[in-house]
Amino acid sequence: MIRRPSAESALVWSLLLLLGAGIVCPLLQVLSVAVMVDGRPTAAPLLAFFARPLFREAFVNTLASGVLAVALGSLIAVPLALSTVRYSFPGRGLLTTLGLLPLVIPPFVGAVAFQQILGRSGTVNLFLLERFGVTVPFMEGLWGVIMVQTLHYFPFIWLNTAAALSALDRSLEEAAENLGSSGFRLFRRVLLPLSLPGYAAGALLTFIRVIDDLGTPLMLNYTTLLAPQAYMRVTTVGLTDVDGYVICAVLVALSLSALWISKGLLGRGEFTAVGRSGETPARVLGAGGALAVWAIAILLLGPALLPHVGIVLLSVSKVWSLSPLPSVYTLGNYDEILFRVPHFIWNTLRYAFLAAALDVGLGAVIARLLLRGRTRGRQWLDAIATMPLAVPGVVLAVGYLRVFHGWSVPGLGAPLTSTWLILVIVYAVRRLPYTVRGAYAALQLQPVSLEEAAQNLGAGRARAFLKVTLPLMGRGLLAGGLLAFVSSAVDLSSTILLVPHVELGPLSYGIYLYMQSAVGRGPGAALGVVAIALVAAGTWRATRLAHGGAGLFRA
Amino acid sequence: MTQDETLIRLSEVRMEGVGKRYGAAWVVKDVSISIRPGEFYTLLGPSGCGKTTLLRMLAGFAQPDEGRIFVDDEPIDSVPPWKRNLGMVFQHYALWPHMSVFENVAFGLRERRVSGAELDSKVKAALQQVGLEGFEPRRPSQLSGGQQQRVALARTLIVQPRLLLLDEPLSNLDAQLRSQMRLELARLHRDVGITTLYVTHDQAEALSLSTRIAVLSEGALVQEGRPEEIYWKPRNAFVAEFVGAANLVPVSVIELREMGVVVQTTGGARLPVSSGGHAWSVGDRALLCLRPEALRVEEAERSAGGIPGTIAAHVFEGSRQLYDVTIPGGTIKVEMITSALVGRSFKLGDQVRVEVSPETSVLLPDEGSTA
Ligand SMILES: Nc1ncnc2c1ncn2[C@@H]1O[C@H](COP(=O)(O)OP(=O)(O)O)[C@@H](O)[C@H]1O
Ligand SMILES: [Mg+2]
Repeated sequence: MIRRPSAESALVWSLLLLLGAGIVCPLLQVLSVAVMVDGRPTAAPLLAFFARPLFREAFVNTLASGVLAVALGSLIAVPLALSTVRYSFPGRGLLTTLGLLPLVIPPFVGAVAFQQILGRSGTVNLFLLERFGVTVPFMEGLWGVIMVQTLHYFPFIWLNTAAALSALDRSLEEAAENLGSSGFRLFRRVLLPLSLPGYAAGALLTFIRVIDDLGTPLMLNYTTLLAPQAYMRVTTVGLTDVDGYVICAVLVALSLSALWISKGLLGRGEFTAVGRSGETPARVLGAGGALAVWAIAILLLGPALLPHVGIVLLSVSKVWSLSPLPSVYTLGNYDEILFRVPHFIWNTLRYAFLAAALDVGLGAVIARLLLRGRTRGRQWLDAIATMPLAVPGVVLAVGYLRVFHGWSVPGLGAPLTSTWLILVIVYAVRRLPYTVRGAYAALQLQPVSLEEAAQNLGAGRARAFLKVTLPLMGRGLLAGGLLAFVSSAVDLSSTILLVPHVELGPLSYGIYLYMQSAVGRGPGAALGVVAIALVAAGTWRATRLAHGGAGLFRA
Repeated sequence: MTQDETLIRLSEVRMEGVGKRYGAAWVVKDVSISIRPGEFYTLLGPSGCGKTTLLRMLAGFAQPDEGRIFVDDEPIDSVPPWKRNLGMVFQHYALWPHMSVFENVAFGLRERRVSGAELDSKVKAALQQVGLEGFEPRRPSQLSGGQQQRVALARTLIVQPRLLLLDEPLSNLDAQLRSQMRLELARLHRDVGITTLYVTHDQAEALSLSTRIAVLSEGALVQEGRPEEIYWKPRNAFVAEFVGAANLVPVSVIELREMGVVVQTTGGARLPVSSGGHAWSVGDRALLCLRPEALRVEEAERSAGGIPGTIAAHVFEGSRQLYDVTIPGGTIKVEMITSALVGRSFKLGDQVRVEVSPETSVLLPDEGSTA
């Protein structure tokens, strides 16, 4: 007992040091370049940024894409959440599962598929041209980007709103009905305020992901947005260019403001925890009602499922150009990515696995320290470990390049940024919140006495943790680890800046490279299908482990 | 148990001025007790009085902010929980849900590097001791509350701890199981002979199981003694009321005698009682503690002593008769065995006298009015 604080504080401080180097330091580096000149704070770079029309436009576009993706996504997600939670009808389970499908396709892969189907010479427009002699510019410019992002990210809003709605205590609603409230008034006065925290969580996550999304604009070749601008400054002008850092700082500011606003909504409390007396029973719909719900669902959800079809078709096509459907089919694309250049898949598995394993270990230890530790400084650990949720991947990558490009790894003789380790580290850092949160939730449900009983019977602190606490955290931790794995496997925002050279590139990088040329689209799509399969399998297992866990998809 | 095993040296505990603070609040205050080898020692007190905190300090899960704890004359402050070898049975059992009954019970032995056939046979014997042979492959979730309790006991006893620490072990069981487990705990203590520290808020458990009891109130030790002492010679009103039903009649001291004192009730009745170990002076206000079962109701005309009053309630329970007798300044509850008063019972409104014997009544300081 006496030794406890010192051993524990050593652990806390070394973790703080580690996370400080991996998160705080790169972030501060980026920010300091943006707001300091010669060691003195200055607003000059920021003013210069807003003085340039291109950057101003990129800023407005980024803000608009985030806000519009949330707004449009809500139009799709909220009706779906309400109907799947509040009503019971044939195929309700199926509809809920379909809702996860948009998430399993990485947005930049989806972008390619949308291009193929809705683009200027895509399936739909060729068909329209042939029949009616007109084309519709679905995918042009900013609107194309926003559409792809909306259709990819709206399930975050759906899942979180649905979780909040279904966690509502039946008696709350009954009490309102008992007092004479019903219909829309009931919705507005009781359901809406109570499900607001869940909705806000989903909206926040969507906003942060959208403004950080680098792959979609690059794939659609629309670059007047902050993330692609930052990327282009760093890759074309170089690390010494101040504008790149200012863009990053502006991105961070946007993320933080979103976080702050949604905290305002969340701050009114997670109401759902107060003594429950059972879930709200779903109202059984008649045949007409069920048909109506499915019609709405297909209308809302259908477009989001188009890219899945598109990407599979593209992956087995040899020639698909200027025709509604592929004209020549082949399996050659899979031969290419599985046997001729297998390193993209292999690298992905390796990096994502290592990152997830690191996250699982760190997550378990940090969660235990947060809940059961005594050392001061633990709160800092919490704050730092959850920071990556609000730090755009591009920003972190730029920070890494600046902090680590001159730093040689002892024993390797090469700078950290020219080894694949940098990718594992950035993945681990960015997904750490998933495992910390998973482990934290699991540990919270576990009485302390379980660990104490092990100590009482002779197991030291480490052994009691390994034999009792850790296995009991298992499910939540594993679910978090799986999500860390799949989202690392399809990351492009930080990957694209940090890949040292092509042979070390993971799957997402491979897709990006392939998609640069017309002949590469087939193999690129095949890699995309592999990515989808990976994410689908991982997400499916994770949600099962976490008992339906919509809580997994939160910021 | 064989002869050899009972000859193992039994452990003892000494707490000296132990205190514990959470924030600014002292939840344990200056507690000094000593538990003798082989004793069944009980910490008794209402919920929140610091019993669990005391137990956890002994087991090493909390550090005293004041005072010291010795086990077998050695201070244990700097010994970590896993080196103390003080077997604790947790309030909610704390069985590990991811392990079978076998693995739960085997845990402590595995930590002590026991394995193979020796492990198997010891686990078997431990489960046999608590009547759970054949339950090895089950998960804790597949056991009833009583069975979980037994597994928790077996898991602790198998490592032959120096002490057995039990935190409200019966509080999660239904009434019937509770009295059955009470008997079994008594048997286990007899068989194993291990020094036991038992924590409960239930006075019946404490009185029936313990060799000695320490009554706690708001973190402080109020009285320590054998069950009979605690029951018949409570030191203050708190103990008297907490340990069994008690009538507390306000009186004042009017005369000091060699063997005791004479007190007067509000209604003017004079009663000779023992002094209860307190130093009294004439005029002191006090509370007279009367156990209902030690009182008798008599017809007012028949006797001269006692406290006069009126029957306000009467319940016939078969073997017992319960009376509420109104006296000036309060009500006295009386509990009489039916056979002792064949055919005689009182009606509402009857004028009666409540007979008090000096040996079974205790005079307590009236903490409410005297300084
Ligand atoms: N970890 C803790 N932090 C703050 N207060 C505590 C803690 N543990 C116990 N307490 C407080 O100490 C007092 C005694 O608690 P406890 O020992 O559990 O009582 P008992 O077991 O007698 O019911 C209670 O008021 C309780 O709220
Ligand atoms: Mg307790």
